[in-house]
Amino acid sequence: MALCLRTSSRSILYYLKSKICLLSSSSSSLTHQHHQKPTFTAPTAQNLRDPYANFSTKVNLLSTRRFQSTKVEEQWDSLNHAHHNQVLDFPGGKVAFTPEMRFISESPVERVHCYRVLDDNGQLITSSKFKQVSEEIAVKIYSDMVTLQTMDSVFYEAQRQGRISFYATTIGEEAINIASAAALTTDDLVFPQYREPGVLLWRGFSLQEFANQCFGNKDDNGKGRQMPIHYGSNKHNYFTVAATIATQVPHAVGAAYSLKMDRKKACAITYFGDGGTSEGDFHAALNFAAVMEVPVIFFCRNNGWAISTPTSDQFRSDGIVVKGPAYGVRSIRVDGNDTLAIYTAVHAAREIAISENRPILIEALTYRVGHHSTSDDSTKYRPVDEIEWWRSARDPVARFRKWIESNGWWCSEDELELRTSVRKQMLHAIQVAEKADKPPIAELFTDVYNVPPSNLCEQEKFLRETMKRHPRDHMPDVPV
Amino acid sequence: MLGIIRQKVGAGGASLLRTRSAVSALRSYSSAGKEMTVRDALNSALDEEMSADPKVFLMGEEVGEYQGAYKISKGLLEKYGPERVLDTPITEAGFTGIGVGAAYHGLRPVVEFMTFNFSMQAIDHIINSAAKSNYMSAGQISVPIVFRGPNGAAAGVGAQHSHCYASWYASCPGLKVLTPYSSEDARGLLKAAIRDPDPVVFLENELLYGESFPVSAEVLDSSFCLPIGKAKIEREGKDVTITAFSKMVGYALKAAEILAKEGISAEVINLRTIRPLDRSTINASVRKTNRLITVEEGFPQHGVGAEICTSVVEESFGYLDAPVERITGADVPMPYAANLERLAVPQVEDIVRAAKRACYRSVPMAAAA
Repeated sequence: MALCLRTSSRSILYYLKSKICLLSSSSSSLTHQHHQKPTFTAPTAQNLRDPYANFSTKVNLLSTRRFQSTKVEEQWDSLNHAHHNQVLDFPGGKVAFTPEMRFISESPVERVHCYRVLDDNGQLITSSKFKQVSEEIAVKIYSDMVTLQTMDSVFYEAQRQGRISFYATTIGEEAINIASAAALTTDDLVFPQYREPGVLLWRGFSLQEFANQCFGNKDDNGKGRQMPIHYGSNKHNYFTVAATIATQVPHAVGAAYSLKMDRKKACAITYFGDGGTSEGDFHAALNFAAVMEVPVIFFCRNNGWAISTPTSDQFRSDGIVVKGPAYGVRSIRVDGNDTLAIYTAVHAAREIAISENRPILIEALTYRVGHHSTSDDSTKYRPVDEIEWWRSARDPVARFRKWIESNGWWCSEDELELRTSVRKQMLHAIQVAEKADKPPIAELFTDVYNVPPSNLCEQEKFLRETMKRHPRDHMPDVPV
Repeated sequence: MLGIIRQKVGAGGASLLRTRSAVSALRSYSSAGKEMTVRDALNSALDEEMSADPKVFLMGEEVGEYQGAYKISKGLLEKYGPERVLDTPITEAGFTGIGVGAAYHGLRPVVEFMTFNFSMQAIDHIINSAAKSNYMSAGQISVPIVFRGPNGAAAGVGAQHSHCYASWYASCPGLKVLTPYSSEDARGLLKAAIRDPDPVVFLENELLYGESFPVSAEVLDSSFCLPIGKAKIEREGKDVTITAFSKMVGYALKAAEILAKEGISAEVINLRTIRPLDRSTINASVRKTNRLITVEEGFPQHGVGAEICTSVVEESFGYLDAPVERITGADVPMPYAANLERLAVPQVEDIVRAAKRACYRSVPMAAAA
């Protein structure tokens, strides 16, 4: 009995001693190991050289401890499942192996955190880190957000009145549009989906130019070739909107490759919604961008809806931000209704993308307050009170207004003046655009190729001859 | 010495033929100059264009380290480096989209499809992002891109590797579609395609890669270029016009030889470009011969022959002395077995029979289905 006690006490002593030693010297390594298992962080330059350098030194420390007590060994085995001194060599690099079969969970214990600077009342969250904006920039950002909101409501009304055929609003995503544009330079190439007219607005596209495109008149720099909201402007480095979903994502990667080859200090940015991430193009583009190491920002506007498809029917991952690391792309999640958070994140992303020649994925969580387009009535598939709550309580424009007002940069007189002025300008722009002539017949045949081919020249000639022969059938509002 | 020669000659028909062909090769060496395989023609064209313009770059599966799935891009990675010869991951949609994006911003990509069958996974980018962009953007976005690769039937590769896409791409405004036959065509048209500001689909043929053709000094010059949209009259004739493109040009020329022995003088037109089709050359030829046979490997419905027939009916109906006949591949997915494959693709005898029908109508058309 006594013998037993002695041995047991000795083993207890050893156990305790070992445990304490382990805890003191290797506690850091314990946590290190624990975090090492689900490794989603992009490898730093050091890691790439020898990812297990840190690993092995701690391994040796631990293995010497083992011989002190079997109890410790058991403890250890339950904590540390990998046999560090044995790694497997496979194409792609070394991996430690584990005798335990453990599946990586399909859903995380906790969702990826969302970066936010302003609270719901537009007040700075204490200890929040963000990029400072000057009064001038902040006021321009706010004015453009108001302009975008007003432009949307006027065009929407015009469509309902039958004056334009189609429109899609950006309500609820004004912060995404303007703040992201403000954080870029005009040298950066923009590849939009179709809910980012604010980026073009920030860069100087006028209200009249927006109206001309929506009315498809002769002053439209798109020559009346496309439906409303398919804006494009070389001058502003904003590539023409195409209706195909997510095709712009690999385009942006290709253009970023071109910038990289030119050694230009600029990046490409591409926008897409939560729905667009289901397209094959999205996956190919992210994979490629990581492999080719190009300066591109992937900006996902996760607004909860792809027409009537909610995100729960679109994917089962924790949003889009977790897809970045799957392709080796550094990613961040931001509050899409927080102007300062978006501004800061895009600014940082641009610097990283250009200086390190790497892609960045930004997921902005927001809500599509408006219908998908004028062809949609979203009250058919989602509750009205949900829409209204996001429209009022979570309005990004009002939230940013509170912040600039608290800085003394804005007041209600400025607000009234701005809104009435913009509305007046918009109504005037629509009137002018409506009265303007449609594009001339010649523009039917140009731009198919660089040089008009002979068959189209011939057809244009025949058309003009026919028009001359039958002048009464010629439509008066179609210029020749 | 005589003894050796006698031995060589006596060794059998095969060696005799070999010595004969060696002699004829020597003959051609001394008169026409060099011969060049289509593979070398394409390789040299790519090399020269990449050297002349730093914006030209090549991307596709296996184009770099592997030297090209069919060795078309041999030596280019070594010469120009990985920035200009990109080995891509396996995603046609991905790398085509990326190529188009690069072209949007001013680079001049040459995108290789391992075969054009795989281009179907990228066809949205070819049509909607490349072909239509200049028009949709009102001239703001030009896409100086070339999509190239082998097209049509090879030998024993089955249905998903033998499809001909000439009529698919040629139906889309905004694209140019080229179909070289000889090494001269390959060099001149590829250079023209790379220099062209519009998106070009360049349809090669796997079985032609290894074939040699004589090339003049002019063709070998680095500034050599062929005009897009101009067909070539490979062989002049006066009794019947035979139009063909790519590999079928060779078959049409062989058929013309056979027909000549029977007193029928066939004019063989190598289309070279499918879009824009050289309607004036075709029509001028038909107005001369009054009879037309079109030859293609692809499927019959909505094919290239259908378009040529319509063009001739529209412009030269009064000149036709016989209905236009089109020789095409069989209206079935390509079978694998060698005997079935042979039946599914046009052969020289089919062209000869059709030409005779056009001239005499002595042999009845194939029995109605």
